Amino acid sequence: MFGLLALAALVLVGCRQDMHNQAKFEPYEKSDFFLDGSSARVPPAFTVARDSVDPTSSIYTGEDDNGWMSAVPYVVDEAFLHRGQQRFDIYCSPCHDNTGAGNGMIVQRGFKQPPSYHEQRLRDMPIGYFYNVATNGYGLMSGYKAQVKLQDRWAIAAWVRVLQRSQNVPEGSLSAPDREQLRHDLQNAESSTASAHAAGAP
Amino acid sequence: MTDNKPETAQIFGKGSNQVVWLTIILGLAGVAGAGALLFIIDRGPLHTNQGVYVNQDVPFSHDHHTEGLGLDCRYCHTSVEDSAFAGIPPTATCMNCHKTVWANTEMLEPVRDSWQTGQPLEWNRVNDLPDFVYFNHSIHVSSGVGCESCHGPVNEMPLVYQEHSLQMRWCLECHRSPEDFVRPKDEVFNLDWEPSDEGMSQKELGKKLVAEYGLEPKQNCSTCHR
Ligand code: HEC
Ligand code: HEC
Ligand code: HEC
Ligand code: HEC
Ligand code: HEC
Ligand code: HEC
Repeated sequence: MFGLLALAALVLVGCRQDMHNQAKFEPYEKSDFFLDGSSARVPPAFTVARDSVDPTSSIYTGEDDNGWMSAVPYVVDEAFLHRGQQRFDIYCSPCHDNTGAGNGMIVQRGFKQPPSYHEQRLRDMPIGYFYNVATNGYGLMSGYKAQVKLQDRWAIAAWVRVLQRSQNVPEGSLSAPDREQLRHDLQNAESSTASAHAAGAP
Repeated sequence: MTDNKPETAQIFGKGSNQVVWLTIILGLAGVAGAGALLFIIDRGPLHTNQGVYVNQDVPFSHDHHTEGLGLDCRYCHTSVEDSAFAGIPPTATCMNCHKTVWANTEMLEPVRDSWQTGQPLEWNRVNDLPDFVYFNHSIHVSSGVGCESCHGPVNEMPLVYQEHSLQMRWCLECHRSPEDFVRPKDEVFNLDWEPSDEGMSQKELGKKLVAEYGLEPKQNCSTCHR
């Protein structure tokens, strides 16, 4: 009796599926029609999306007639930099860490260590170069153009510059209280490394 | 004189009244039981798949990648902020790291095959609304509804399961009283956020945020059935 009821209930419940899976594809749904099994298709070669940017323009390549662009082709205000910071933390900090020193979590788990943004060679690079690396990658690092939008890649490049400046401030340009704070911090840092040495750390 | 007894014997014995009652009662109980059973099955995990781990060809662990490595949801679900669909990462995203990290392990073989052949990886769906329902991630994410409110603690799941029933009444529960769920917009991707982090109860904070963000989730049918 119970078995029969359960069966009847299941059959009734089962009836509901008819409109659940309609003859249309939801994003990324599997397809038996195409050979690669995917309903999401790659656009044919040489097609250009309506709102896409000319792939030979400076805003897209990061280069102008004088080489890497030295300015960001957007208005750089606080909101733009905040956006850059947020995107950097999502897409770049796993390897480059929040400061750009190159000790991110994935590096700690065995990925090749990237150079620090604070080495002289990279400090001297124009901003267009950072946009270019974010877009197309460099060496073992993949490009991020599939994951990060054009304007956001420029915002990230601007943020990289902010990070570089923040780690390379001439002492003379600091306000008096900041300079005092810096001395204080440096002294603390020295005494803590000293005590770490005393405790046997390398 | 016993022969004068009618030929036809008494068909229904003394017990037959009880049998009749028993049939009626059992019959009614059966109908009610079937109803109750339908009700239970309709709301239970057997039908909604709530709480059931979904196996995948590649045992991708959110626990390791988000809780362990600290990756943000948007590193992989890139379209969740500005489209209806959250997005499932293509093989290339995995290869950003796995071209060297854990590169020769058997577990990642399907990922490497997919990378070499261009054949996309197949992931089994976990959350799947019927096709007659319209859902949109971006409106929720930009209104201060956290991933966690709908998907539960994904960051701690070795394999993803569906946290809620995804039935219509579940959507409506929140559309009727969003103040029970809404959080500050910059905590949407923080799955460990608690209302006590703001030093308030969810009700107080929720009321404040709903007013601040001007939220009025609609309940008319055409919102979700279009
Ligand atoms: C998966 C780890 C990883 C991520 C994520 C990552 N990088 Fe890198 N990055 C590297 C490695 C490794 C190198 C060094 C590559 C080499 O030398 O082969 C590098 C190098 C660089 C360099 C220096 C290039 C040079 O001339 O030396 C820049 C600039 C850079 N990355 C920017 C970025 C930006 C911007 C992002 C975010 C959009 C990012 N990276 C994300 C791993 C990563
Ligand atoms: C390293 C890439 C990566 C990151 C980071 C990531 N995910 Fe995922 N996510 C995936 C992949 C791959 C799948 C498909 C396989 C699966 O369901 O486990 C998936 C599936 C899901 C699903 C189930 C999809 C379905 O079929 O219904 C949810 C929900 C989800 N992720 C939420 C999150 C949340 C929330 C975060 C942030 C805490 C996050 N993900 C971070 C790669 C990622
Ligand atoms: C940002 C770098 C990064 C990305 C992107 C990434 N992984 Fe990983 N993955 C790792 C690291 C690092 C480990 C080692 C985990 C550890 O040491 O705890 C790992 C481990 C794994 C493992 C081994 C089992 C485990 O969970 O520890 C599998 C399987 C895996 N990843 C699958 C994937 C898939 C599939 C994708 C793409 C959807 C992906 N990963 C994207 C960095 C990444
Ligand atoms: C208001 C509830 C809600 C919120 C908030 C939410 N999701 Fe979802 N998510 C869903 C539903 C419902 C589905 C199933 C959609 C379908 O079947 O069409 C889904 C599906 C997914 C999928 C599978 C792919 C897709 O888009 O169908 C992923 C991945 C995902 N969500 C990730 C996330 C992440 C990451 C966040 C936080 C940024 C998030 N979700 C926030 C309800 C939500
Ligand atoms: C945890 C809370 C929550 C849950 C659960 C939820 N929603 Fe929403 N939903 C909202 C909020 C908040 C808005 C934004 C309303 C606004 O902007 O005024 C919204 C807006 C929407 C909109 C846009 C239409 C509008 O009101 O402007 C749709 C469509 C929608 N939700 C569908 C769904 C569906 C379908 C489900 C169930 C699968 C669901 N929602 C579950 C909170 C939720
Ligand atoms: C906030 C979103 C939302 C709104 C508003 C909404 N629905 Fe639904 N509805 C859903 C979802 C989600 C489902 C799928 C439930 C499931 O999978 O069990 C659904 C399913 C249904 C079904 C099919 C039930 C079944 O058993 O298959 C009907 C009929 C329906 N809705 C009618 C309505 C009517 C009538 C209204 C207006 C009074 C309405 N809905 C408003 C989200 C909504």
